[in-house]
Amino acid sequence: MSDPIKISIRNLYKIFGKNPKSVLHHVENGLSKPDLLEKHKHVLGLQNINLDIEARHIHVIMGLSGSGKSTLIRHFNRLIEPTAGEILIDGQDVMKLNEEELREFRRHNISMVFQKFGLLPHRTVMDNVGYGLAIQGIKGDELKERSQKWIDRVGLTGFEKHYPTQLSGGMQQRVGLARALATDCEILLMDEAFSALDPLIRTDMQTILLDLQKDLHKTIVFITHDLDEALRIGDRITILRDGAIIQDGGPQDIVMRPADDYIREFIRDINRGRVVQIGSIMAEKGSAETSGEPILVSRNLEDALPMVSASPTNAIAVVDDNGQEIGVVTSKDIMSGMERPAVAERAVKFM
Amino acid sequence: MAKEESWIEAFPAMERGDLRELRKAVDSGFREFSADFGPYIEAAFDPLLTFLIWSEKLLLNTPWFIVLAALAAICWYGSKNIKVVIGVIVSFMLIGYFGMWENTMRTLSMILVCTTLSIAFGMPLGILMAMSNKAQAIVTPILDVMQTMPSFVYLIPVVMLLGIGKVPGLIAVVIYAIPPLIRLTNLGIRLVDKEVLEASDAFGASKRQKLFGVQIPLALPNIMAGVNQTIMMALAMVVVASMIGVKGLGQPVLKAINNQQFFLGVMNGLAIVALAIIFDRVTQAYGLRIQKHRNKAH
Ligand SMILES: Nc1ncnc2c1ncn2[C@@H]1O[C@H](COP(=O)(O)OP(=O)(O)O)[C@@H](O)[C@H]1O
Ligand SMILES: [Mg+2]
Repeated sequence: MSDPIKISIRNLYKIFGKNPKSVLHHVENGLSKPDLLEKHKHVLGLQNINLDIEARHIHVIMGLSGSGKSTLIRHFNRLIEPTAGEILIDGQDVMKLNEEELREFRRHNISMVFQKFGLLPHRTVMDNVGYGLAIQGIKGDELKERSQKWIDRVGLTGFEKHYPTQLSGGMQQRVGLARALATDCEILLMDEAFSALDPLIRTDMQTILLDLQKDLHKTIVFITHDLDEALRIGDRITILRDGAIIQDGGPQDIVMRPADDYIREFIRDINRGRVVQIGSIMAEKGSAETSGEPILVSRNLEDALPMVSASPTNAIAVVDDNGQEIGVVTSKDIMSGMERPAVAERAVKFM
Repeated sequence: MAKEESWIEAFPAMERGDLRELRKAVDSGFREFSADFGPYIEAAFDPLLTFLIWSEKLLLNTPWFIVLAALAAICWYGSKNIKVVIGVIVSFMLIGYFGMWENTMRTLSMILVCTTLSIAFGMPLGILMAMSNKAQAIVTPILDVMQTMPSFVYLIPVVMLLGIGKVPGLIAVVIYAIPPLIRLTNLGIRLVDKEVLEASDAFGASKRQKLFGVQIPLALPNIMAGVNQTIMMALAMVVVASMIGVKGLGQPVLKAINNQQFFLGVMNGLAIVALAIIFDRVTQAYGLRIQKHRNKAH
């Protein structure tokens, strides 16, 4: 079940300012972001980040604007240099790469999709998709064939000769996605890649990404400030605030066991009926008398409600993928699952 | 007591004698320098002279209709606008009809060489300024001086060093005309979208790949605006340059001033204006054309 760790971040700190190293010890001793800014005129970007990212999964990093998401993701390919800490990819310390090695690493191991697309406006769709390959020195027919393959894959066939400004936002980001996939890197970084798109287009793009991921099994680090997006595509979710990790877990962990009021606030408005899975609320096997159709553990509350209502005992069995009975769910369980965790009133007001 | 009053009444200037000595020392120093090194510096500019003469001969010795056809073709390539092309043909016909063909060719050749030189030196310098804040801090005040210093002033050392002729004239024109190209290259490269640059970095582009694949192409509309301004300024210098021996449309204008010949002055002046309009329209149309796909639509 569990895959090896692809990216590992250890004790990472990032401070912006004139002389970050000189104020690092204040931050290590727990000085807060506002205090650091006021007393030492430095901006705290990230503090004591420890994070493991599993290979072949989609790992979402979430947080409000300014929480340090972009700063964090740019450390993975060293677009930003850390003030302190280690970045290990496949066990190798990225900080030890020299300039030439870093370029090779970026060409072949890690690629990126940007919020505002970052396409080359003077090049056609074909040339944009082939950009990473061209940088590797690939030319001629091979370049064309490999670019065409990804143009087709993201559904842009027929638009090869168009320029980015002639395309809608959603189509431009497909170009960005195709460009990132074309280099066949194992790691894909996506910094709010869908945030600039309209909600309907955004959902489309999520679907495209999930479909591609079914065959490609990339290690994807996906940044978003949108919880619905995080829950839809994330295998695991890390939540940042003021440059620190405040919770790291599966989507069900975040929804059922929010670590603090900040996260409770985040999950306040989600549709729990759709998000919460039976596995998160079921009772022990045999704790109630079941009848009627059993339900799969990964289904959600909305699916379970009519089935439980139809059951004469108001309780149905929960089964795993193999049809093995692993628990029971009652209408009471569903009701309490629907209820959102209370947020302390004061915390909400001053959020 | 008396002394104190005097510095209140009159500015405490340097003694006249001292000033004269200083002037003499600087002037004779520079004269000696130009006597010693003038020939070497002249020799260094020899290839430039060869290039100038070659381009002038080329334009003068080619039959007029071929030159006209070539000009029309270049204008078409640059602007893709039939009105501009027709305007160019009509203007040159008129210029030829009024007997100004040869001088126009000389001026055209001078402008072309000057623009080539300005691009050859101005673009790399602009790029350097964009890459380094230090370079920008050093070059910007020099450009300010180049643009505000009256051109006659820097004609003096140029003429002292190189005498009168095509090369000193050309150098004076380039000094006057190159600053906007340098500034706009610098600006254009600094304004390149940060996210596009970041994308280029993220895909492992080298500095060279970034410069030629992203920065210069994206800065090109601004660089073209710089080229346009450089050409306009070079044309504005045509009459001044003719004072130190640059042949072309400037000389008849100069002659017309000296001899009070209104018609001669106006006709040659109009020919310079026609050249300016043509260069302006073609470079601007080209600039717009390369920008077509770049304006952010959203
Ligand atoms: N180059 C920089 N210089 C100074 N402060 C920066 C810089 N980049 C980011 N920051 C600060 O770091 C914090 C995190 O920024 P960012 O990573 O962009 O957040 P997010 O992507 O989550 O919106 C913000 O407070 C921001 O102002
Ligand atoms: Mg961001």
